[in-house]
Amino acid sequence: MNTTDVAVARGPTPAAHAKPDSVRDAMGSFAREFGALAALRLESCIHCGMCAEVCHFYIATDDPRYTPVWKVEPFKQAYKRESGPFAPFFRWFALKRKITPEELEEWQHLLYDSCNLCGRCSLMCPMGIDVAGLVKEAREGMFEAGLAPYELYQRAQSQYQTGTPDPDATPCIEQLRAIGAEHGVNIPLDHDHAELMLCVSGIDIERYPKQIVALSQVMDHLGVSWTFRSEALLAENYPYLAGARRWEADIVTRLAMEAEACGAHTVIVPECGHGYAALRWEGAELYGKPLPFKVLDIAEYLAEQLRDDKLRLTRADGATATFHDPCELGRKGGVMEAPRELLSAMGIELKELENNRGFTFCCGGGGGVMFIERANALRYRAMEAKLREVDATGADQLVTTCAGCRYSFDDARAHFNWDKSPYSLLELVAQHLEHKGEAGA
Amino acid sequence: MDPLLSFVRGQMLEVAIAVFCFGVLWRLVGVTLLRHVRSLSPARYGRVRAVVEGSFVAGTRSWPHKAFIRRTGYGEALGYGYHLALFIVILLFAPHITFLKSLIGLSWPALPSSLINIIAVLTLALLIAVLVRRISKPVTRMLSNFDDYFSWLLVTATVVTGLMATAHLGAPYHQLLAWHILSVDALLIWFPFGKLMHAFYIFPSRVINGYTLARKGGAA
Repeated sequence: MNTTDVAVARGPTPAAHAKPDSVRDAMGSFAREFGALAALRLESCIHCGMCAEVCHFYIATDDPRYTPVWKVEPFKQAYKRESGPFAPFFRWFALKRKITPEELEEWQHLLYDSCNLCGRCSLMCPMGIDVAGLVKEAREGMFEAGLAPYELYQRAQSQYQTGTPDPDATPCIEQLRAIGAEHGVNIPLDHDHAELMLCVSGIDIERYPKQIVALSQVMDHLGVSWTFRSEALLAENYPYLAGARRWEADIVTRLAMEAEACGAHTVIVPECGHGYAALRWEGAELYGKPLPFKVLDIAEYLAEQLRDDKLRLTRADGATATFHDPCELGRKGGVMEAPRELLSAMGIELKELENNRGFTFCCGGGGGVMFIERANALRYRAMEAKLREVDATGADQLVTTCAGCRYSFDDARAHFNWDKSPYSLLELVAQHLEHKGEAGA
Repeated sequence: MDPLLSFVRGQMLEVAIAVFCFGVLWRLVGVTLLRHVRSLSPARYGRVRAVVEGSFVAGTRSWPHKAFIRRTGYGEALGYGYHLALFIVILLFAPHITFLKSLIGLSWPALPSSLINIIAVLTLALLIAVLVRRISKPVTRMLSNFDDYFSWLLVTATVVTGLMATAHLGAPYHQLLAWHILSVDALLIWFPFGKLMHAFYIFPSRVINGYTLARKGGAA
């Protein structure tokens, strides 16, 4: 099926204001398509408010509206009215009223601007509700109602239609070629056969070209057969963030088809948290069948190569670093030890953040918040606790494995006049590659 | 026999138990029959390990995470505290055991009544503290609806009337007992319609959350 045509025909317009019909349709569709899992989550809430206590947006502001489970309140009402076990009871006695377009518009701020989909609240909930999962589903309803924030909608649509998220930018594929030429590194593109298919992050292409250089250097060092595919170049999936499920599926499908076309047994996602989540944990579901290849985050792959003694690294004894676990990779994705193995192999002493691994605070930019301009002031407030934690470690450098997190920290550096620069783990690995004849310490 | 007492522990109790059983079943089946999405992405360490690790979350989630306890400890202590005290009173008070034996045919040793009375007073104190927290905290005040307050009222009424009955306080014993059983009947009737259903949702919800995270190898 050509999902492209369907999505274009049915995709909502990025309206600044919801229309009554679209709101009704979105809520109805949201409620009807409700799965048992989401229903169990909504049914279970006991209104204890504990989720607020672990959410950086609430902690930073003390504003009760930022209570994670409150962000899905209209959808909870819609579920109880439309498809819960006592839905007729709630309708007949008018116990749950219809959500108005105005309310839904108000909730755009709560569902998009003040939620990083980081999932910290999902670890706290005494009832075991995956609140972040509910927010993501609610975003899908908002997208159908034409209520995705314009910047996210635009990036999602542009990536879906052209493969390049920024509609005003030079196509990513051309930028990639230019980076290869400028830095004199190998950029294998559209090879018919390759063991590994790699993607890149659009943020890296736009802002951190050395990341591409490092990727190429490391892969060539390992001597494996690899390729990029021009039809599935980006790891990011902006529709995942905007709530555009059909577009998200289309992007994943393109990735899967390109990997199959070149016979890759593994697809490696670069440093991109949500890109990994979309392909590794939702890819098969969106593709409609198990993916015929493995999906690995670049740090996972490199740690495997390290264990197999194929990746040999020089040591920088005496150096210290702290590591920021990207939420989609760590807490929600399970990639927590691989980056630490690599840092250790490079002789870098790790000074852990107070909240690390699964309990880490988000960088503030996750869930697409980084791209919503009106959310900047709130985002900066929410990330202050994170910056204080980084400072408290006293580490020489801050390392992470997500281009989005890196961009967020870089932005904070400019905004707060902060004295830390975020480093990419992959770039560190590239700097520590042991060349022939060079002995590790 | 007092006609009210006879009614509340006769016909009304039967109706209440029927509403409770049918309502709980209806609500559980209603959720279970909704669309199920099969996960196709391979679990990081295999499905079996994910199920086992996920199941642990049913218990471990009751223990505050070290990273969160500074902000959540008080609320958790209140919440789990009154539940624990309430269960002790419900399950280990001799007259309750006698009543449950008449329903299910099983019995077990009871705690001394004096100790139960102390625990019941503690339960009441914790219930009041829970209400104060709900009303005084902007977050819980905003989240709360009729269901929260009505459910609290029914639970508290049951505890208060139980305490009054054991203390023979304010009215003849048979009348106090009738009020106590009436509040239990009301609690059973309301149970399937409101948040009290969390008693049935809590463990499946925790296990599924645990499983979802464990299959990814994420934190739980």
